[in-house]
Amino acid sequence: MSITVINPGMLTTVQDMGRYGYQQFGVPVSGVMDQRAAAVANILVGNSQNEAVLECTLLGPHLRFDADNCFAITGGELTASLDGMPVPTYKAISAKAGQVLRFSAPAKGCRAFIAFAGGLDIKPVMGSCSTYIKASIGGFNGRKLAKDDVIGFKAPCAELKNMGLRSISSELITHDVYTVHVVMGPQDDAFTDEGINTFLSSTYTVSAQSDRMGCRLEGDVIAHKTGGDIISDGISFGAIQVPSSGQPIIMLSDRQTTGGYTKIANVISFDLRIMAQLKPGDKIRFEKVSVKYAQDTLVTQRAALSLLDHIMNR
Amino acid sequence: MDNIRFLTAGDCAVTVEFGNEISEDINRRIRAYMTALEKSSIDGIIEAVPTYRSVTVHYDPVAIRYENLLTKLKKLVSDIDVSALPEGEIIEIPVLYGGDEGPDIQFVADHNNLSIEQVIEIHTSGLYLIYMLGFTPGFTYLGGMSEKIATPRLTVPRVSIPAGSVGIADSQTGIYPLQSPGGWQLIGRTPVKMYDPDRAEPILPKAGQYIKFCAIDRAEFDRIAALEEAGGYQCRRYPREEAAR
Repeated sequence: MSITVINPGMLTTVQDMGRYGYQQFGVPVSGVMDQRAAAVANILVGNSQNEAVLECTLLGPHLRFDADNCFAITGGELTASLDGMPVPTYKAISAKAGQVLRFSAPAKGCRAFIAFAGGLDIKPVMGSCSTYIKASIGGFNGRKLAKDDVIGFKAPCAELKNMGLRSISSELITHDVYTVHVVMGPQDDAFTDEGINTFLSSTYTVSAQSDRMGCRLEGDVIAHKTGGDIISDGISFGAIQVPSSGQPIIMLSDRQTTGGYTKIANVISFDLRIMAQLKPGDKIRFEKVSVKYAQDTLVTQRAALSLLDHIMNR
Repeated sequence: MDNIRFLTAGDCAVTVEFGNEISEDINRRIRAYMTALEKSSIDGIIEAVPTYRSVTVHYDPVAIRYENLLTKLKKLVSDIDVSALPEGEIIEIPVLYGGDEGPDIQFVADHNNLSIEQVIEIHTSGLYLIYMLGFTPGFTYLGGMSEKIATPRLTVPRVSIPAGSVGIADSQTGIYPLQSPGGWQLIGRTPVKMYDPDRAEPILPKAGQYIKFCAIDRAEFDRIAALEEAGGYQCRRYPREEAAR
């Protein structure tokens, strides 16, 4: 009743929607980089949306099924196959004991999410199965997966009801320059008008130093009025820090809970799915929207997920 | 109250900013606001994070929209009652100073023209307010260290520092809750686990409390470490006014 890791890939970790309630104690939220993709993967295999999944980065793992179970892959197109047969994304698939799920070269995007029917047998730490590697908290022994790791299934299911219904079209679209919507603040008043203008009109390139904690960008320097340091305050998912260097850093899943750099704006929740798929060298620009617009898109997205869940699983 | 600002921190958080400096007065207002927030149990609030000068309120816009939350957060400001706040609780943290546990204590002493005993005396006589936690799980930002033992950070940070190490960086003092890299001058180590994921309350300290260090010897260190391993050590805790007597 498990999967065995034959090859862990580049960075494969166990994640759910994140560890909430402990940020005031300095514990980062962590969790999946793309909450929508992980939720869809879970719905496709009949799980609750918050069930722990495997998050794979660029080069995905090779996993052997030690029991029959259904799974679904969402997010980036990292070229998966099951015993040599290509596996489509956004579709529930049944695997037999002994079959091997293999990822090869990434085709589109950066991160994929694998959900297994019935979920993975992971002990929650502080209410969450998410892995925070820096402090060895949660997930599979607090670390990324390694060769020969065996992860148990909680309640595997060889065949799900409505198997024919369990697929949706992938919404992964690639662009030469991605437009990411932002809500301005909390420290947009720390920048000159010219600085704000630079931020909203320039194209930035994703640096190779990007990871689950933050996406570092390179491009035109964003001018502060007096400097990039502040007395620390809280950090949200998607906060865009601009230190005195003037080069923005977008704070992602493994972000620290608090920070001492000015934050010019915040990526809207709906567009975090774009951030999860950016690779070094990809280009983005920012477009300002209202909080209302941002929340409308998120509320609509959540309603669509509930509907999908209802259609497939009720 | 006019100087309180409500800052938009994306579509899922609002930062309530009480000032732009590090002060005990602002900290008391933040503590009072946190208390009011906890009592209010506003639907849709996921958690609140107090810092030196603000409270960041993380919320779910599916349960409560921005304008509605903002109205409620503004209303709570009038419920703040700093005078009704209980005195902060003091947690006593036992520390084995010097030796392998505090390899930089001689440097701290030399830098300030003091003896090691004087460094310990000064460090244990202070009462340190926990302004906030952050940086790593359980890391406390403490105020109130005497300038007499202030010492710059190491020029080359250590690659690995054991959990429980107590250090000084400029005029700050703190405890490393986890094994991690770091550049603070290490003066001692506590056997108390600041962080233990298997405990009902995984993180020992909380913003608004005070830390008081007390010096222990090797035997006491080993005794407490063994108790901690078995999950049975309780730090001494008492209200602040008791310490004043």
